[in-house]
Parts: sequence; C-alpha cells; structure tokens
Amino acid sequence: MISTILITIGVLFNLIGCIGLIRLPDVYNRLQSATKCGTLGTCSILAGALFHYGLVDAGIKALIAIPLLFFGATVAAHALARGAYHFGVKLGDKSVKDDYKDAVK
Amino acid sequence: MRYLALFILTFLFWLLLTFDLSVANLVAGGAAALITSLLFAKYFLDSVYKFLQPHRYFWLLVYLVILIWECIKANIDVAYRVLHPAMPIKPGIVKVKLDLQSDFARAMLANSITMTPGTIAVDIIDDYLYVHWIYVSTNDPEEYGRKISGRFEKYIKKTFE
Repeated sequence: MISTILITIGVLFNLIGCIGLIRLPDVYNRLQSATKCGTLGTCSILAGALFHYGLVDAGIKALIAIPLLFFGATVAAHALARGAYHFGVKLGDKSVKDDYKDAVK
Repeated sequence: MRYLALFILTFLFWLLLTFDLSVANLVAGGAAALITSLLFAKYFLDSVYKFLQPHRYFWLLVYLVILIWECIKANIDVAYRVLHPAMPIKPGIVKVKLDLQSDFARAMLANSITMTPGTIAVDIIDDYLYVHWIYVSTNDPEEYGRKISGRFEKYIKKTFE
C-alpha cells in the first residue's frame, strides 16, 4: 500500500518535471524543473521499491541508489548551468538580476 | 590514511550495490575501489579522523531530516510554479557570502542548495557562491544569505567541518 502511494507520487512529480521542462522559458529555469522534480520523483519511486521488496537485495540496492542519484543530479545541474553560462547562453527575458556577470569577464 | 578511508568507503558501496560475495565480484570491486581511491583521495576530506567522532553522525542525522523536509517543500514549490497558468517566476543569479572554510563542507552546501527551493549553485569564486534562483523575492543581499544558505550552514558546519 505504502509502496503504491510512493510510486504514484514519484511518477506524478516526474510528469510535472517534464511539463516544466517544456513550459519554462530558459536553460537555467528548465534545469531547476528537471533536477528537482526529477530527483524527488525518482527517489520516491526508489523508496516505493524499497517498501515493496523489503530489506532484501533489491530493496537495499534501491536505497543505495538514492544518494547516488542525489550527488549525480546536483553535480550535473551545477555543471550544466555553469557550462551554459560560460558558453554564452543568456538568461531569459523575465530575469531580474545577474550578479554572476561581473564575476566572469 | 586518506587512501585507506576512501578505499573502504568505495568498496563498501560496491558491495551494497552489487550484493554478491563471489570471488570474481570481490576482485572486480577491489580493483575499481583501488583505482578510485588512488585517483580521487586528494580531493577527499582533509582529515579522515573526523569519521571517528560520534557527534558528527548525530548532526548528520539532523541535517538529513532538514534536507529531506526542505527538498519536499522545494518540489511542491517548483511544481506549483510550473503548473500555474501565469507561471509566477522571477529568475536571476544572486551572490551569497560563504561562511564555511573547508572545500568538502562547501561542496555539501552547494549540493544542498541545488536540491532546495528553486535554487541551483552555479559557481564559487573566492568567498562568494553564485546561485540561480527561480524567484528572487528580495533585493537585499543580506536576505539572500539567510534565505538560501542560512537553513543549512550551521548544521553543515557541525557535521563536516
């Protein structure tokens, strides 16, 4: 029962992440949606798998995959954002502030 | 010591991930852990004796609870902004003063920031962290620090520094 709820929540958040990827205006905002909703969604699916299988090998693998995903997604988001900025991708029209411009000449 | 600590950590991780105690698997995991620890130990913690201090594990637990709670809040917040027909976003890159000294603690702070409400850590230059924020709610640089990193900084300091 708990596993079904967790997996449903996970799939819903992954769906919202994908909608955000299409709707939001520029690279940086799309990254926000892709990393956050993607990570919580997938972690929640993995937690659902843990509850479904219990503490046998498949469940423990699901549990171990959570920190892996946590570090992977955050480092990837940081690298993509920084790379995009240095490559010259502009912030979207709605942006209100850019302190980073003065730091990198 | 550093090499040994990282070797043990990566090897344990491998064992849990594969869940198989056959000789071939142990040899493959040992080789992978050895290569990893030789290559990356110089980026690891400055002092591995921190692993032996029990109070750090207590603060790690407190920090994890706060991180998970903030993470859930962040997701609901971003989901709301994505699904709202008018898309209430006000993005921008702001700079935040860092209070932490060690590289490992800074990396953990940057990771936590990337996981929480509408913020992605873009770069660290000198003592400032540059953060992309999906909804810049104030114009006061003092407030940025409190809103973005203030929630984690003291726990990270106690856990990793």
